Amino acid sequence: MSKLRRFGRFWYDFIVGDDWIVAAAVVAAVVATTLLAHHGRNPWILMPLAVTATLGLSVRRVAIRARRERRSGGS
Amino acid sequence: MHVVLVIAAAFAASTVEMVEALTIVLAVGTTRGWRSAGWGVAAALAALTVIIAALGPALSTIPIDALRLFVGTLLLIFGLQWLRKAVLRASGLKDKHDEEAIYAAEVALLQSHVPRPAHDWYAFTVAFKGVFLEGLEVAFIVVTIGGTQHSVGLAALGAALALFVVLVAGIIVHQPLARVPENTLKFGVGVMLTAFGTFWSAEGAGVSWPGSDAALLCVVVFVLLLSFGLVELLRRSGVRGSLAGSQ
Repeated sequence: MSKLRRFGRFWYDFIVGDDWIVAAAVVAAVVATTLLAHHGRNPWILMPLAVTATLGLSVRRVAIRARRERRSGGS
Repeated sequence: MHVVLVIAAAFAASTVEMVEALTIVLAVGTTRGWRSAGWGVAAALAALTVIIAALGPALSTIPIDALRLFVGTLLLIFGLQWLRKAVLRASGLKDKHDEEAIYAAEVALLQSHVPRPAHDWYAFTVAFKGVFLEGLEVAFIVVTIGGTQHSVGLAALGAALALFVVLVAGIIVHQPLARVPENTLKFGVGVMLTAFGTFWSAEGAGVSWPGSDAALLCVVVFVLLLSFGLVELLRRSGVRGSLAGSQ
């Protein structure tokens, strides 16, 4: 692996981690909050809602995968 | 009376910020090791010293909201990744005995005399960000409270007293924390990083939290309840067993 790829891989693993959807959802929620806040709103509820949805969906995906693996292992 | 008020105001406001920094450092140091977390704290203090010495009263020109937005977003991403794994472990979807495997690998590494990885960048970065951001906020408090009353020295004295009290509290709390089971501690760290990240990123984005800084406590409770709720839901769904791969 080239040094550049290793460098990129390090930063990807460091910031994004196991589930890229978590990072993408957080950035999207922050952008939406910033836009609303700069248009005269006070969307304080948006980040807690985003955290709920992101964490819920992320663990749900793992649970679905585990169920599939268990079924395919049992059949 | 004026002297007491300036010191008390700077002390109270600085204590809140320093406790936030201490929470992050204790969490990261206890779970990831003190060496890299300590380097993160030292680097943040050095950076703060340089910035404060260079800017002095001009500190108030630093865009603190942009910094909160950046640090908060990164902390939230780190925190959610950490919390996700903690929820999966607590619900039985990820093997809890990961820690035993890691411990065995550590022992093997020590016995083989192979040099240990020099640095844990994760612990360093999280500790650095926490101390740097909160340290800057303390500096702002000193400049703002002291500047408006023309007594920066008194405000700095209030902040120094706060630092002493928070350091003593950290030393007292540090030992009992080390006895908490690792999985429980990691669950707690995930909750704290997620809560701080949620609070700071929203503040940096321009949100005013209802109740100001007190809202942080509510966010911590909210994330804690959410995590317990998800663990319970996953347990009831009956899906068990460790997954293949790193998930």
